[in-house]
Amino acid sequence: MTAPPILKVEGLKKYFPVEKGFLRRVVGQVKAVDGVSLEIGAGETLGLVGESGSGKTTVGRCILRALDPTEGSIQFQIDDDVSVDMARINRRELRALRRYANMIFQDPYYSLDPRWTVLDIVGEPLKLAKLADGAELEERVARLMEVVGLEAKHLRRYPHAFSGGQRQRIGVARALATNPRLIIADEPVSALDVSTQAQILNLLSDLQGEFGLAYLFIAHDLSVVEHISDRVAVMYVGKLVEIAPKDQLFFFPKHPYTEALLSAVPTPDPDVEKKRIILPGEIANPADPPAGCYFHPRCQYAQARCREEEPALREVSPGQWASCHFADELALVGAPR
Amino acid sequence: MAQAETVRSSLAESLASETAGDSIEYLSRGKLIRRRFWRHRLARLGLPVLVALYLMAIFADFIAPYPAHTRLKGFKDAPPSVIHFGMDGNPFQPYIYARERSFHPKTFREIYTEEEDEKYPIHFFVRGEPYWIMGLFKLDLHLFGVDEDTNITLFGTDSVSRDLFSRTVIAARVSLFVGLGGVAISFVLGCLIGGVSGYFGGIIDEVIQRIIDLLIAIPTLPLFMALSAAIPREWPVAHTYFAITMVLSIVGWTGLARVVRGKLLSLRDLDFVVASRLAGGSDLYIIWRHLLPNFASHLIVTMTLAIPGMILGETALSFIGLGMQEPGISWGVLLEDTKNFGALVHQPWKLIPALFIIVTILMFNFVGDGLRDAADPYSL
Repeated sequence: MTAPPILKVEGLKKYFPVEKGFLRRVVGQVKAVDGVSLEIGAGETLGLVGESGSGKTTVGRCILRALDPTEGSIQFQIDDDVSVDMARINRRELRALRRYANMIFQDPYYSLDPRWTVLDIVGEPLKLAKLADGAELEERVARLMEVVGLEAKHLRRYPHAFSGGQRQRIGVARALATNPRLIIADEPVSALDVSTQAQILNLLSDLQGEFGLAYLFIAHDLSVVEHISDRVAVMYVGKLVEIAPKDQLFFFPKHPYTEALLSAVPTPDPDVEKKRIILPGEIANPADPPAGCYFHPRCQYAQARCREEEPALREVSPGQWASCHFADELALVGAPR
Repeated sequence: MAQAETVRSSLAESLASETAGDSIEYLSRGKLIRRRFWRHRLARLGLPVLVALYLMAIFADFIAPYPAHTRLKGFKDAPPSVIHFGMDGNPFQPYIYARERSFHPKTFREIYTEEEDEKYPIHFFVRGEPYWIMGLFKLDLHLFGVDEDTNITLFGTDSVSRDLFSRTVIAARVSLFVGLGGVAISFVLGCLIGGVSGYFGGIIDEVIQRIIDLLIAIPTLPLFMALSAAIPREWPVAHTYFAITMVLSIVGWTGLARVVRGKLLSLRDLDFVVASRLAGGSDLYIIWRHLLPNFASHLIVTMTLAIPGMILGETALSFIGLGMQEPGISWGVLLEDTKNFGALVHQPWKLIPALFIIVTILMFNFVGDGLRDAADPYSL
């Protein structure tokens, strides 16, 4: 990628204070996101994968400033030659930038206000950005509905009249309304059933081709991001453990955690022999992470060094970064070809 | 351009054809709530009864044949008038007999006997004592009445010969509106304090919640008594009434504050609120356009269910003599006449105001139940 990335996140941290007692003394920090750096090019899809509790949703929300990051910079290229640091601008400036990026949510039931009609819901970003109003708004929303595969005549319906998949399409239409450059899709298909998942994934990649969108596609398993991502980042307890172009990550993983996630991806071919890696224990507590490599208590390759020294994220092969002391030595099993 | 034109016209067409029918897909949440509410049988009974009661209270002076404090000479502790039909050739003409008072030879209790040869027709829309309608118009029209030679007492009379029907109808004004007034003040306090608590969170929230805990822990009746004992007895009726309303809402706001806070907290982080913020909505815009419409229905339910408590509170206070005082009357004041046991045995009609209280409370609870079931049309 020669063009500058449209999103460049560096050293992003988000700590939530742990308060205790009547006076709300801060007794600790939950390091939900602890130094994440990533880039997304124009029209590119970066898949962000991790277990629940890994901080992937927090990353997405910090980038769009639904949450205020504790530390780090978020360079966002809103135009070909204008770049802003989303982490540093104030609320008023932020409101003016809202039209350049938007979000698709996981739960299609909670993401649409039950008291609003589809016209109001999809039109809200346009109205708030003062891009359209009245008959023009109605027309644009009608066209958006057709773009996402819904009938324009259903504009005056309320969300309760739609199925889960249709609701998610409404959410996509809302995200598209202001012609953003970047869409953060926060597990957009996790709440849908499998046939609907495929439809929404196809819709998202069609839209990407049509409008040149960049996606940060957040998911909790690799099988979903496989089809849509150009590159994939894997998160564990607030940190990236591996980030690489999709094929490289799928076929030549360099981090044991990625290997374990890959072993959980179902294969359609019943003849392929697979060894499923079952990770022992739970994901580490981000308020009290283990010493050394956060992953070592669950890692089958862990050695003494892993318990003491925290590995840095380093470039193992061109474009492929992993944070494992033994990334060069281990022969990890990728996805079956 | 031409393409846009066709899109527009076809859109208008399809919208016209689609919105014409009222299939469930097009019902707003408000309409869904109304639908659900009307399916609740008891609520369907309760609402019209309540409306009738409130209309009765508003037009009390018109419905009541006598003013609240008029003594009907020779009618002390008289039982309800018996209404007969058929007079002067009209089979539907209602009439009453004149009544003669005598005394029991041993107990000296009043005995009333109907004089069957003296018939008095009940006239409708008669001129009588003048009264003010909402302090604006002076009127002397009454719903019904009889000639001045006798008196009609639908619910009997009290121990100082006042017509209990008139008094019950007029007392409804205080009893019914004390609930609304109390809830209105509670609503303002509850929304304000609950809103602050839920919106700012942190230590402010903690302090407010502990204060509410404390207020809830105080037994209600003694608190009411302590507060209303502080109301000066020489205050005019209107002042006392206002003070009682305040007393009732001092306890009543806590529940509402909790509802507002809880709803704010639960809605604040919902995805559609985040979406609105990401679209550039300000805090005030989000509260006004997203949060308030979504918990308004729950607020209404809580308010409806809070009204009976207020009405009962006022009744209890007035009954024990700490609430409204004569000449101000409420249903609780009327029931003071039943404090001695003899009255209950020999003049059971004096309990009729209690029936009104029971019916009102029941109907409010029915309506509240119906509203609660209807408030969230998506939960099944």
